[in-house]
Amino acid sequence: MSLLSTHYDAGEFFDEMYATSGEVRPHYRLLAERLASLAVPEFERRRAAVDLAFLRRGVTFTVYNDAEGTERIFPFDLIPRIIPAREWSRLEAGLIQRITALNLFLHDLYHGQKILKDKVIPAAQILSAKHFRREFMNFSVPRDIYVHICGTDLIRDRDGSYLVLEDNLRCPSGVSYMIENRSAMRRAFPNLFQSYGVRPVEGYSEELLKALLHIAPSRSDKPSVVLLTPGVYNSAYFEHCFLARQMGIPIVEGRDLVVHDTCVYMRTTAGLLPVDAIYRRIDDDFLDPAVFRSDSMLGVPGLVAAYRAGNVALANSIGTGVADDKVVYAYIPKVIKYYLDQDPILPNVTTYLASDPAQLSFILENMAGLVVKSANEAGGYGMLIGPASTNEEVADFRAKVAANPRNFIAQDPIMLSRSPTWCDHGFEGRHIDLRPYVLCGEKTVVTPGGLTRVALRKGSLVVNSSQGGGSKDTWVIEAGK
Amino acid sequence: MPASPKIPVPRPQANAMLSRVAHSLYWMSRYIERAENIARLLEVNLQFILDFRGYDDVHLKEHWGSILGSSGDHELFEKHYEVADSRSVTEFFSFDLRNPNSILACVFAARENARMIRDQISIEMWETINELYLFLKARSTTDVWAAGPYEFFQDIKRNSHLFQGLTDSTYSRSEGWEFIQFGKFVERAHKTTRILDVKYHILLPNATDVGGALDTAQWQAVLRSASALEAYRRFYVREILPWKVAEFLIFSDSFPRSVHFCVAQIDEFLRRILGESGARPRTEAARASRRLLANLQSLTIDEVLRDGLHEFLVETGKTLDRISDQVVQTTMFYPAEATQEDQQLQQQQQ
Repeated sequence: MSLLSTHYDAGEFFDEMYATSGEVRPHYRLLAERLASLAVPEFERRRAAVDLAFLRRGVTFTVYNDAEGTERIFPFDLIPRIIPAREWSRLEAGLIQRITALNLFLHDLYHGQKILKDKVIPAAQILSAKHFRREFMNFSVPRDIYVHICGTDLIRDRDGSYLVLEDNLRCPSGVSYMIENRSAMRRAFPNLFQSYGVRPVEGYSEELLKALLHIAPSRSDKPSVVLLTPGVYNSAYFEHCFLARQMGIPIVEGRDLVVHDTCVYMRTTAGLLPVDAIYRRIDDDFLDPAVFRSDSMLGVPGLVAAYRAGNVALANSIGTGVADDKVVYAYIPKVIKYYLDQDPILPNVTTYLASDPAQLSFILENMAGLVVKSANEAGGYGMLIGPASTNEEVADFRAKVAANPRNFIAQDPIMLSRSPTWCDHGFEGRHIDLRPYVLCGEKTVVTPGGLTRVALRKGSLVVNSSQGGGSKDTWVIEAGK
Repeated sequence: MPASPKIPVPRPQANAMLSRVAHSLYWMSRYIERAENIARLLEVNLQFILDFRGYDDVHLKEHWGSILGSSGDHELFEKHYEVADSRSVTEFFSFDLRNPNSILACVFAARENARMIRDQISIEMWETINELYLFLKARSTTDVWAAGPYEFFQDIKRNSHLFQGLTDSTYSRSEGWEFIQFGKFVERAHKTTRILDVKYHILLPNATDVGGALDTAQWQAVLRSASALEAYRRFYVREILPWKVAEFLIFSDSFPRSVHFCVAQIDEFLRRILGESGARPRTEAARASRRLLANLQSLTIDEVLRDGLHEFLVETGKTLDRISDQVVQTTMFYPAEATQEDQQLQQQQQ
């Protein structure tokens, strides 16, 4: 029995592979032919080989419920998500437009606050944002770049239009899976790549290093760059190691660094060596116990002072989380218009603000038909999917929103697009999203592709790995192919 | 935190190494070597007992007791097990995580250290440790017993050798290499003293047994526990004599598991790590290692036997501990840290 003989129901969603007529979309045709020639046991064999390779290479995340911890691989589906060249160039332009505006926005928020004075955004919304860092008012970050690494979450609605769901301007993760997924697919289907003309993703690490070198203080002609990790028990530790070794830079923990006379050094066997730029994978709160959370054991006392003195660069900068606030997110289309005088290429999901009295009553009345989110939670937590919730859950959330409107937003539910995904008994449609990675250095670069996450549970819209999500390789096809 | 940090840059960055990384390389290497030695010790002794089917329960208990005694784990064992027999000792030394020196515990510790410094070691080194760990995790004493322990211990030794060979052929000869080698030879020297000391713990009922079939077989087992039987035979070309075995395992300058050979390597790597170049050592660790090496170069087996073999082995073990502690302290200074649990929790929250 070949793979594609199993019945596939595209359902009433936008399906990445099949058009409404039931025909395979042109950019999926080659893949469909290849799959049609593959028998189920052979497919299963390749699948098992890929899983085993992930386990051996330690491409895992750890779930801690005993001293040793249980390591799991991030479930991987062999059917790639394919994006045609023209579609990608629009996405790329939209992402660059957005990050350019966001960097101008953050600069303005921490300097003249022109956008607040012009009343494009009510000042109270910004000043009440959890991650707005007053301490950094009037501080100029190196090269005026606030966000160097960004992992925007995109989704597609029922018509297949791309929408921005979140910006992820602090420490977006997952990029190592983008690269590891590619290498797994190359091993599983070596021939397919040649005929398809898939654009490579492996340039990411080099671009990241370039972006980090770009912001290092210029006092040294060979700046030293490090990656600061919370440590081996962090669930993304694999990724930290992966990126450090791809860039050939040391991975350090807070205790490896020391600040002396506002300069950062690392403790080496040969004494202290200076550090010029830090790719930090620790949140602001934990970065420096002398400034933020005083109980942080992961940070470096004095790091913020060194940053302020211009002796070390941080990526991303401190205080970028203000634009990740979901209330602030609602204003980003206006932000783009304000700084760039352009219409956003990639629209937001329609968002209602509970802090606005008129919108609040709309939210409270229609909650069962909306998705409600806390302003500062991530990972699929702190949210309500109205249509999928019980009356009690809705009532419970209604009370929360009414009690603290500033902390909530609501959105129209989006029926995320689906992709054929291998399930126990053949292909079934599963909902997916897309996280492309944007790097801002001397130039702004979007790696062609990204991490496609897939909600493996039938009917689920939550793609997060902590809640039953998996991933797929993402192929961007070269122009002219 | 050091009150006033040394002002930096003795080496270019490419060669400098975080103290924490050096520490992890050292322990990773020690734990792999330790796991291999335990596997060899167990394998040889299980085989030995099979060969001596005539062993009664008293002999059996005494035999395993001597192994436990030499590794210093007697008390811990008795806390958790009632009888010392082949099966319980295999369990204790292979899979029991309550025993920090079990093979599984060692491989887990080696892997945790390797995981912390994955960016520093080659992918081949990491995969070997990881596969060894996955291999052990998937097995239990019952499986090992069902399939015959020989294959099992063989796999562990093979993986350790593979790891050491891959380290040799994929790891740059940097400062990290010095720590890896230093750790390996410290552990190996230590284990050779322990292996030799096993014999001290075997109580012979009467003097006529000395030189008998059992005695010879036991000394043979000692040599095999250090992979030294063939090397011994080639070197002496004669029967196995207790004092010759001791001489070989302590003083050989060519056999890579002898105490002398290992200490010569320790001295060499320690001098490189501590930057000791002059004729007179500057650090306490280098002085201690120089003295130990001088003893191993100049003492004779008769002198050692006269003053007591057991005492000599124990003293050598203590000196090795002192040397490694001092190297660790000199190169890996850390301020007092918060508890492991608190750190772990914050790392997960992040």
